[in-house]
Amino acid sequence: MKVKPVNHAKAAEAFIEDTAHMDFHDERLWDLRQKRDGQMHILPEWQELRARASAIKEHTLANLPEYLEQFEANAKKNGIHVHWAADGAEHNRIVGEILEKHGAKSLIKSKSMVTEECCMREYLEPRGVVVTETDLGERIQQLDNQMPSHIVVPAVHKLIPDVAKIFAEHYHTDPNDNSAQSLAWQQRLAARPVILSADAGMTGGNFVVAETGSFVVCTNEGNADLSATVPGLHIATIGIERLVPRMADMGVFIRLLSRSALGSPITQYTTHFRGPQKGSEMHVVLVDNGRSHRLGMEDFWTSLKCIRCGACMNTCPVYRRSGGLSYGAVYSGPIGAIIDPTFNERKYSTLPFASTMNGSCTNVCPVKINIHEQLYKWRRVLAEHHELPFVKREVMHMAGKLMGQPTLYRAAINGTEVALSTMPRFVLYNWLNPWGKHRELPHPVKQTFHSWYKQNRLKTKKKEGESA
Amino acid sequence: MKIGLFIPCYIDAFYPNAGIATLELLEKLGQDVEYPMNQTCCGQPMANSGCNKDAAAAEALFVKNFAKYDAIVMPSGSCTHHVRDNFDAIEQTDDVRHVRENTFELVEFLHDVLKVQDFPWAEFPHKVGLHNSCGTLRALRTASMSELGEPFFSKPMDLLGKVKGISFATPKRPDECCGFGGTFSVTEEAVSAKMGTDKVRDHHQAGAEYIVSADTSCMMHQQGCAERAGVPIRFIHIAEILNGARE
Repeated sequence: MKVKPVNHAKAAEAFIEDTAHMDFHDERLWDLRQKRDGQMHILPEWQELRARASAIKEHTLANLPEYLEQFEANAKKNGIHVHWAADGAEHNRIVGEILEKHGAKSLIKSKSMVTEECCMREYLEPRGVVVTETDLGERIQQLDNQMPSHIVVPAVHKLIPDVAKIFAEHYHTDPNDNSAQSLAWQQRLAARPVILSADAGMTGGNFVVAETGSFVVCTNEGNADLSATVPGLHIATIGIERLVPRMADMGVFIRLLSRSALGSPITQYTTHFRGPQKGSEMHVVLVDNGRSHRLGMEDFWTSLKCIRCGACMNTCPVYRRSGGLSYGAVYSGPIGAIIDPTFNERKYSTLPFASTMNGSCTNVCPVKINIHEQLYKWRRVLAEHHELPFVKREVMHMAGKLMGQPTLYRAAINGTEVALSTMPRFVLYNWLNPWGKHRELPHPVKQTFHSWYKQNRLKTKKKEGESA
Repeated sequence: MKIGLFIPCYIDAFYPNAGIATLELLEKLGQDVEYPMNQTCCGQPMANSGCNKDAAAAEALFVKNFAKYDAIVMPSGSCTHHVRDNFDAIEQTDDVRHVRENTFELVEFLHDVLKVQDFPWAEFPHKVGLHNSCGTLRALRTASMSELGEPFFSKPMDLLGKVKGISFATPKRPDECCGFGGTFSVTEEAVSAKMGTDKVRDHHQAGAEYIVSADTSCMMHQQGCAERAGVPIRFIHIAEILNGARE
């Protein structure tokens, strides 16, 4: 059976109907965008930083095999075990084997979108491993059995009462608790014993430095540091595109990351992992999972420059009004809409159309990914691969034919001059009916411009010619 | 300089006054303007939907109609953006290149090419909210965008500033897309209408009596949203104000 495309429009409509959630979501993320703007204004060299970050990433991606091997060699010298995973299944198998070797039955985790990509929890839990998210937003989403809706603030679509309800169910706390602070404290109380008794810890990695064989994790809650250091077994799951050549490059990226993401100058914790502590083990699993394939796509490879700051989501007026879950994918928002189709073209064929292509995303992106131009290009690719809904394809085909024939076109438009209250025939097509659901139609006019011109210019010009 | 006037399909059918104002304004400024009667569409709706091949006939006809002019002027940012930046469904002949290089959106034509300093006939004693379409803002770059933190500039505001009696309202999110987005307005109807309603409310709360824009497509959508939501605000194309419209 063919997989069904995600119905973003329908999910977004449901999101919008819930006004309280929708308005908070929009305001909260718009606030992040404004804070980001504030940080940008403080740094006169902002555009130079963006250009440099983009150039470093493009250079690295163009030389990825060399830098990956350099990292592997240096990391091994540092005592880090390096693993290579071609896809999600291999990643999960590798992690499963490491855990099994150590007899690890509980895994604490801090923030890794790659493990979501690989569906790691679904793989490990039936094998007897209890996986616990330690970051507040991720944990809320885990308890609620939902995907993160945002790559930086995973539960941003929820309000305080939603969280109180979830915690009451799982932590037996007060379901009417209306204090964010108190709920965060409940999470801390619940998480600490799990952290202290965990057999293994897992983190992601924001940046991987080839020349030092180290990796950098940027967080605000500090749970990544606990996950990495408390249990004595640290596994870091990292996408192969996270590489930078030199430690000096971090000076560019660290300045951009948190400013773009949350509008703060830097994350609370910026940890450089250079090797295991005495008596413990450190593993890095480098995951491809479609990235090499994407690297070979002429129009789309620069999406691999992404440093997962979420700035494109915060600024996206569509994302803010539809919520991350409406994208039905691990990666949502503008960056998701250009990455997701590389995982499954049919399933995510609707996402490049969930955009007005307004271009705000491209202009906030700290690594200058031309997101809205890639959305445009994806639409072409999807049309060529017959992944457009039949009706849309037909309407466009019909409109295209009509627009090439002035006489036919004029006849269709003139239909409006006969019955002024109706729209032209091709506009009347069923497909266009949703216009009127939350909007009025344009008002009928007495005369088209075409007809006015004929009457007021062509005839006058003719008369002038006659009298001359 | 001989100017070919392109009037987009929705202006032709629903907002002829914006087209008439564009023509009259250019004539008042002493320009030699012609409207080729066989014009239809620039091809943008098909191309933006991914159906680039279906845009070929419209693009070919566009070139046939306009290749003979020194400049092609249109009261639409998104159509200009399409012709200039994405018009590639047909072979790029000399005529096609000529058309693409010499197509101008009305505001940039008045501001950059004619360098108009004065509109002595124009008076508009109203508070207006300026809506820059995403095409004019981020593609044609007729105004500074908040995303880049660049020094403020606004070609449409420069022009409107020369109109007697006009004043400007400052919405909270001046650069936010209004949600029209071509076929997006239909396929993503709920998001589109929500964005449009938020947009008109923002302008209304800032005290705007009118929303003025160089793009009628955005305003067609916004007007529909304002009327349905009961937001009392009026809409006017920038060409109409510059041409001396009063109410």
